Amino acid sequence: MTSGPWKMESQRSYFGKALIELGRRNPDVVVVGADTTESIKTIDFGKAFPDRLFQLGIAEPNMISVAAGLAAAGKIAFAATYSVFGSGHTYNVIRQNVAYTNLNVKIFCSHAGLTVGPDGATHQINEDIALMRGIPRMTVLVPADGPETAKCVDAAAAMKGPLYCRFSRTNVPTVTSTEDDFAIGRARVLRDGSDVTLIGCGLMVARCLEAADRLDRDGVEARVVNLSTVKPLDVATIDRAARETGGIVTAEEHTIVHGIGSAIATVIAANHPVPMGFVGVQDVFGESGEAEELLRKYGLTAEKIVDAARDVMKRRGPTR
Amino acid sequence: MRRAPEGRDKALNYRAPSLRRKPGRGRVVVDVSEELIRGLKKKAVTLRKHIIRMTHNVQSGHPGGSMSACDIVTALYFQVLRVDPKKPQWPDRDRFVLSKGHACPVWYAALAERGFFPVDELMTFRKINSRLQGHPELGTTPGVENAAGAEGQGLSFSVGLSLAARMDHKAWRVYCILGDGEQDVGQTWEAAMAASKYGLDNLTAFIDRNGIQQEGRTEDIMPLEPLAEKWEAFNWHVLTIDGHDFRQILAAIDEAHRTKGRPTAVIARTVKGKGVSFMENKIKYHGAATSDDELKLALAELDAQEAAV
Repeated sequence: MTSGPWKMESQRSYFGKALIELGRRNPDVVVVGADTTESIKTIDFGKAFPDRLFQLGIAEPNMISVAAGLAAAGKIAFAATYSVFGSGHTYNVIRQNVAYTNLNVKIFCSHAGLTVGPDGATHQINEDIALMRGIPRMTVLVPADGPETAKCVDAAAAMKGPLYCRFSRTNVPTVTSTEDDFAIGRARVLRDGSDVTLIGCGLMVARCLEAADRLDRDGVEARVVNLSTVKPLDVATIDRAARETGGIVTAEEHTIVHGIGSAIATVIAANHPVPMGFVGVQDVFGESGEAEELLRKYGLTAEKIVDAARDVMKRRGPTR
Repeated sequence: MRRAPEGRDKALNYRAPSLRRKPGRGRVVVDVSEELIRGLKKKAVTLRKHIIRMTHNVQSGHPGGSMSACDIVTALYFQVLRVDPKKPQWPDRDRFVLSKGHACPVWYAALAERGFFPVDELMTFRKINSRLQGHPELGTTPGVENAAGAEGQGLSFSVGLSLAARMDHKAWRVYCILGDGEQDVGQTWEAAMAASKYGLDNLTAFIDRNGIQQEGRTEDIMPLEPLAEKWEAFNWHVLTIDGHDFRQILAAIDEAHRTKGRPTAVIARTVKGKGVSFMENKIKYHGAATSDDELKLALAELDAQEAAV
């Protein structure tokens, strides 16, 4: 797969539509919201099924616990809002009422990361993957684009137990297609290569593909992996990448502290140590600005991925 | 979606045929047999003995708040709740949610006495490899319906259960016991708003108003009064009762069942450590077990109460 030109599409729209289709197929699906239902597109689910959407106001802890109660009574409860509220503000409620209880609560959050844009740092959570992947029993998904977000909805409903899925406010490049296979726990190799592996999640997958194109111009064959499941991690695909390409660069719109880079580094260090590079937010808060400007300012670009790949290859040395 | 009715008068005006109201006092007494009340009193003493033994055995746990809630739990499990110990997951069972999770000794004691698991197992409470965790865990202990420990989440969880029962047109009801310390928690009031928004008349919340939380009197730590007025302002049907008087507890539940269009909050005035003289109203016994000597004294007092019933 090469880079672009890609269609820019809204993950929220895919999410909203997928939820309605799921709701049609499965009457046990219910949705709770926290005064963001229009923005996150769950309002349309409410129009289709008026008695299955519960608007609970600006009270996210209550929203999560209500979802847990609904799930305890046999429902599949989707709790949807912005990431900063749906993960950060509700952390201990998710921990005790959703994960410890192992209930069918599916937390779908948009507005993750820097690309929330002008709202600024208060709304740009770059720590949600770290929070959620640390909780036992949680499944954590980061879909690369709209079609994959829709697949996450179906997969979430089909699996038993708690799940967190984060995606973007901004339109993102559509790098997958509706026909592509998707399974929780499986990372997909989008482009093969043997010199280095670029593993990205969310909107950084497109940037990994772009970086691979640039590296290709210099004769470097980069493998690109779409890590849409952060937990459980696809250890086999990561191990294979380490063995076959000898170096790994991770790219995430998230702090490098306990994000996907950390998760992958744990596997790499334990199984097959190779040099790694980490492209992500460098343990700082964001700020107001347009999505693209922010990505550039905070180093979440194809150029940075290329630089990291070269650095990894340099550190690996000629012995390989 | 059904909403709470405008104003509170309609619900307050009803008068259940089984209830006698003492003139001018606003208190209710339900006509139930002496025999029934004696049976509940005996059972409550049994549960209190379990609480004392369990917490003494492991030298930890929270006896005070378990004993204040004991009579409410006894009334629910031995008179009110439609549950089947042989089928803990029976879909049409009533749901009991213990929001004040630290009081789980009383829950475990009631579940064991009700036949959900062997009474002997109570002595594994808080020990390694036990099904009886220091705070309730869902899925491990037969009959336990929620996880609690971090305060203030149980009423929200109950709202979710109540919404599900209503969606499915089920007759099962939800009973939640909250601590008065939990009234400090913002989420409790988020849940209170949601329950009245959806007019959840299948939900009854008991507030175990023992007046003491971990570090002192509730009114010193964070003043709660006027508490009944707070719940009324949140558009709940509110009753204030003596939480150790079975007639009042049963009458309150009866009234909650008959109240349509909104949830009922029962503010149960209780005594922390109720049943053992030297533990009553003592802050220490929120989270401290009895010593060996205290154990003997406590059990002797409870034995005497049992004999007097």
